[in-house]
Amino acid sequence: MAATVHTRDGGSALGRSASRRSRGETPFRYASTGAGILLLAIMAAIAVFLVVEAIPALRANTGGFFTTQTWEPNATRPSFGIAALAFGTVFSALLALIMAVPVAVGVALFISHYAPRRLAGVLGYVVDLLAAVPSVVYGLWGITFLAPFMVGPSNFLHDHLGFIPLFGGDIVAGRSMLTASLVLAVMILPIIAAISREVFLQVPRAHEEAALALGATRWEVIRMAVLPYGRPGVISAAMLGLGRAMGETIAVALIFQATFDISFRILTPQGNSIAANIANRFGEATQTGRGALIASGLVLFVITLLVNMGARFIVARRKEFSGAAA
Amino acid sequence: MTTHTVQRVSTGRRLKDRLVQTLVYLAFAVAVIPLISVLWLVIKNGLARFDLDFLTHSMRGIGARDIGGGAYHAILGTLEQVLLASLISVPIGLLTAIYLVEYGRGGRLSRAISFFVDVMTGIPSVVAGLFVLAFWVLALGMPFSGFAGALALSILMMPTVVRSTEEMLLLVPGDLREASYALGVPKWRTIVKVVLPTALTGIVTGVMLAIARVAGETAPLMLTVFFTDSINSDPFNGPQMGLPLYVFDQARRPTDIAVDRAWTGALTLILIVMLLNLVARLIAWWRSPARGR
Repeated sequence: MAATVHTRDGGSALGRSASRRSRGETPFRYASTGAGILLLAIMAAIAVFLVVEAIPALRANTGGFFTTQTWEPNATRPSFGIAALAFGTVFSALLALIMAVPVAVGVALFISHYAPRRLAGVLGYVVDLLAAVPSVVYGLWGITFLAPFMVGPSNFLHDHLGFIPLFGGDIVAGRSMLTASLVLAVMILPIIAAISREVFLQVPRAHEEAALALGATRWEVIRMAVLPYGRPGVISAAMLGLGRAMGETIAVALIFQATFDISFRILTPQGNSIAANIANRFGEATQTGRGALIASGLVLFVITLLVNMGARFIVARRKEFSGAAA
Repeated sequence: MTTHTVQRVSTGRRLKDRLVQTLVYLAFAVAVIPLISVLWLVIKNGLARFDLDFLTHSMRGIGARDIGGGAYHAILGTLEQVLLASLISVPIGLLTAIYLVEYGRGGRLSRAISFFVDVMTGIPSVVAGLFVLAFWVLALGMPFSGFAGALALSILMMPTVVRSTEEMLLLVPGDLREASYALGVPKWRTIVKVVLPTALTGIVTGVMLAIARVAGETAPLMLTVFFTDSINSDPFNGPQMGLPLYVFDQARRPTDIAVDRAWTGALTLILIVMLLNLVARLIAWWRSPARGR
């Protein structure tokens, strides 16, 4: 079918081909260019409309948007601020990152260097499946299983390590910062593991063989050849994971107790984040309330944008570096 | 004899090697535990209510303590929203990828688009929902609807579709294109008749994975589709329900009956997402060169 079309086009009239080309070519080129430009326009529109819809609410705000630790935008004298929310967002995401990165690097090493070749692909797919579970299911799992389960270990930590402020506090609860961060850690693990795995597989064979020839053990090969080469990739993977964790909404909205304190105590019943606050407060929001939530979303947008751009920057620099070396 | 002349690895180094090996194996085990736990609980708790009643009834007229009730309205809503989102994002994503690979190679515009596609990948899903809320509902004064949800989902789908399609188009050998040009075929027909068919299975796989990803999104739906307990088959008019939203809504209710419904909703959702994933992998495997088609 395709072949006959080609011969007819090519054979029938070479002289006509210029007009034929322009007939379909121009609209098609415009359509594909237009789609690309539309994408840019959408990105710009996201920023513009978030700002435009946030401004009236910010004008009505009687508290400082960046310093207030309450969220009362529906009151007659609206007062709301993202201080506690932004803290919770960054703190829970960092905790998740601390837990997820070592495990993810281990998983990546396991699949790239330890697992039998034949099994590696399948095992990698199993880890990828973690990413296929919808976030609301993690939320349901977190609130019905993990939160009650974590009461025991949390009490243990509180009793034995309570002198450290991190594990201190008066009450210990299952629905704590620790539980929420654990769920976040599970959710960002697959993306960090997948990117790290790709980077570890790209380590030049010669580097590893050189280390082996010097009599290095497998760990020494990894420490001398694999990890130094893969470090920028792992760092950018971790930053992408951080961006994901900060934007995660539903799972943490179910687990967090929606308080408005700034506290480093990870076992007490407290915690909130910008995204969780949007999910929890949207239903009751009036006009100012919606504007306030949009303003907080704008802050989240900017924070994740910076983190993601940082990650891309590291990747891009690494590309130049390895390109120059090769 | 000769083995003795080669110095053996010292005990300390060997122990360290073993220790790291154990840690690496342990890391993998630790990563798989939550997956098993989640899947086991979803299947165990979800099967209790996974029956025809659940799949064919809505929550209309179901009181806080009533048993029964189902997710028909939510399943219907999710299917419509995801279909609409695909109809919006797949053409735009495909054309953008074609522009990036075939027309704009290396130009300033294509570099800008490429950069912002990357940025778009990192947009939190709740922000996509807020944007549609701000633009569609608040600024344009349109109602909450399934279509508004589809708009939000399509913003999340587009970058995934662009990236996967771009990768597949780059895999198409340049020789194929040149052979087509040599026969006098115009560029756009070469793209439509030669490049796209060659990359088709890869593109379809990418699109399916993108669909599977957005099918489980909750936050953007909450801000755009809103909630309803009744069946609303019209995605352009009035609040709808989505399956992820249904799970979230039921999980927040205080009774065990509602939490059971949430588990069954989660099971249905996971089945849909896994099915999409599986079909995507099957298509990829079916046409993969390794299979020697």
